[in-house]
Amino acid sequence: MKPYRAELMVCAGTGCVSNGAFQVKDALENEIKERGLENEVRVVTTGCNGFCGVGPLLVVHPDGIFYQLLTTKDIPYLVEEHFLKGRPVQRLMYTPPEDKLPVPKMSEIEFFKHQMLIALRNRGIIDPENIEEYIARDGYTGLAKALNGMTPEEIIQTVKDSKLRGRGGAGFQTGVKWELTRKAKEKTKYIVCNADEGDPGAYMDRSILESDPHSILEGMIIGARAIGAQQGFIYIRHEYPLAMKRLLIAIDQAKEYGLLGDNIFDTGFSFDIQVHRGAGAFVCGEETALLSALEGQRGEPRPRPPYPVEHGLSGYPTNINNVETWANIPVIISRGAKWYAEIGTENSKGTKVFSLVGKINNTGLVEVPMGIKLRDIIYGIGGGIPDGKKFKAVQTGGPSGGCIPDSLIDLPIDYESLKEAGSMMGSGGMVVMDEDTCMVDVARYFLTFTCDESCGKCSPCRDGTKYLLDILTRITEGKGNMEDLDLLEGLSKVVKETALCGLGQTAPNPILTTMKYFRDEYESHIKDKKCPAKVCRQLNIYTIDEERCVTEGHGCGVCMRECPEKAITGEKKKAHKINQEICVKCGACYDVCRFGAVIVE
Amino acid sequence: MPKITPKDLARIREKSRQSTTLREGAGRAKVTVHMGTCGIAAGARDIMSALMKEVESRDVKDVLVTTSGCAGLCSREPMITVELLDQPPIKYVDLTKEKMQKIFEDHVMNGNIVNEYALAVGSERAH
Repeated sequence: MKPYRAELMVCAGTGCVSNGAFQVKDALENEIKERGLENEVRVVTTGCNGFCGVGPLLVVHPDGIFYQLLTTKDIPYLVEEHFLKGRPVQRLMYTPPEDKLPVPKMSEIEFFKHQMLIALRNRGIIDPENIEEYIARDGYTGLAKALNGMTPEEIIQTVKDSKLRGRGGAGFQTGVKWELTRKAKEKTKYIVCNADEGDPGAYMDRSILESDPHSILEGMIIGARAIGAQQGFIYIRHEYPLAMKRLLIAIDQAKEYGLLGDNIFDTGFSFDIQVHRGAGAFVCGEETALLSALEGQRGEPRPRPPYPVEHGLSGYPTNINNVETWANIPVIISRGAKWYAEIGTENSKGTKVFSLVGKINNTGLVEVPMGIKLRDIIYGIGGGIPDGKKFKAVQTGGPSGGCIPDSLIDLPIDYESLKEAGSMMGSGGMVVMDEDTCMVDVARYFLTFTCDESCGKCSPCRDGTKYLLDILTRITEGKGNMEDLDLLEGLSKVVKETALCGLGQTAPNPILTTMKYFRDEYESHIKDKKCPAKVCRQLNIYTIDEERCVTEGHGCGVCMRECPEKAITGEKKKAHKINQEICVKCGACYDVCRFGAVIVE
Repeated sequence: MPKITPKDLARIREKSRQSTTLREGAGRAKVTVHMGTCGIAAGARDIMSALMKEVESRDVKDVLVTTSGCAGLCSREPMITVELLDQPPIKYVDLTKEKMQKIFEDHVMNGNIVNEYALAVGSERAH
């Protein structure tokens, strides 16, 4: 392999790619050639680095210099200054909010500094489309160890001892699930990787598949050996084309190297993986619905028990784990259960990847040890709330989870503590909300999602979510009454207890938690017909500050032109007025006024 | 590509070690070529090429090569700084390809400072 003096790691996760990472990469390569540096400096494309809010981004080794928000225009200057003359370019570096000096090194940026990477161990460090880069970082050594020095029972015992729990949501002990599948009677057994990630705001599985697909394959091969499965399936959603592409490349390479297929490492063990593309139904993330879809049936759940570990794909024992769970397996095998079990809390071991999105300064994917305080994620890694706003709550676990209010900011995050607070770990979405977020509207948003995604098989979910959504909509429009609150609560409990699958059983969680922690907001929507966060527009009153309209905006008239109901009157250079009787409260005037003259009450 | 064995994994790891060293930033030695305008005008690019050739022909995998700006002593360019792990940096001045080769052989590979080309031990303090 030819030596290079510097490697430029261009992030090519979906986030950066949609912001032009490939154009930046081409520009870099062209400029490097132009300067005659092509034998000294090499450009490598990697998977997602996690700091998606500042992409496209680039990490320069050996010094670990981090560049952000790159455009093709920046490239000639960057190449000349840094790669030719050795002067890192400050203006392209990350500067923390409320700080003036940039932080050149990736390892010293707050967002990266406090993370602990296990599932994301190779993110941004390897080219995901090159198996040798994965092997260079100790890839497939866990597999070599499992196949050559361990019995299937020993592998299962190691996973049990590590106390790894399913990262897809429910948190069932992975080792126990493996053991149940291994002990099932039939000889034919299957394993499945659930890559049908669908929670709004969660994208850790996609990121792992894009940045380190071999870690999933290695985890699955080890799992297959332990369980005694001959065939594996990866159920991946159609909306993840880049992840799919890299996964297929990885499978081809693993086959070429003899790591998948017949007689792996000459041990007589054979295993193959097939990729199945999902068609975009959220319910297929539920394991029984996923199996139906794999069988070519409609993606609808069925009652459990029997659980898939006994009666799964085509009736055979099937072990289903989520992407992040599989990605942890190779390291647990190669470094041992003891090492893993030392990380985290008593009942939640290891790390968890969270996608930190919403009203937060540093948007991105973070991997942290279990038990970390919510405060450290929001204010430490996340860098706090933008524009000096106040933190209000965070929604964990997507539409199946619930909100955690400001008062619980020192909550240590693990499976139990989140459940106790009324939410759940889920796949690890964290949607941060500030004072401008209306909690009733948030509940309504998530119910719109679950109502839309309900498959319709059981009536508690099909009709229940619809009815819950109707009540919430009524409240946000100012048509609710106090009895609606009891109805919401009662109906939520009924849906929770009677729905067939996880989708329906968890759908009311956003309502129950927002009612528990923010009941006053519901009451002010109903009693005072006011939305405290001024989000529910039907409850707002829009007026014009006449003085501001004249002195700042000189009666520009933009609001008048934009008003769909012609409710605004006025002349140039004079104050405008809204006729409250005609106004439909669409808020268009507020959106277009550049002078802050439209007041919302 | 024939089927690989567990032994091949180690072979592939070894082959990629130069790249791994680079990405982990953990080399045994680091050579910095000063590439300010003055350095480039005095022939720093040739020094860099000579250096890269040494690294390649000797198949060394634990030496980091990097560039930095002008070191402030423009009349003595081309200039490099050699840092071995846990040792103070040494600056070499008025370099040529031949001098570069000798420094690589004596200092980088064998740990003996080439006194006749060295300017001083240590770097000025940053800040």
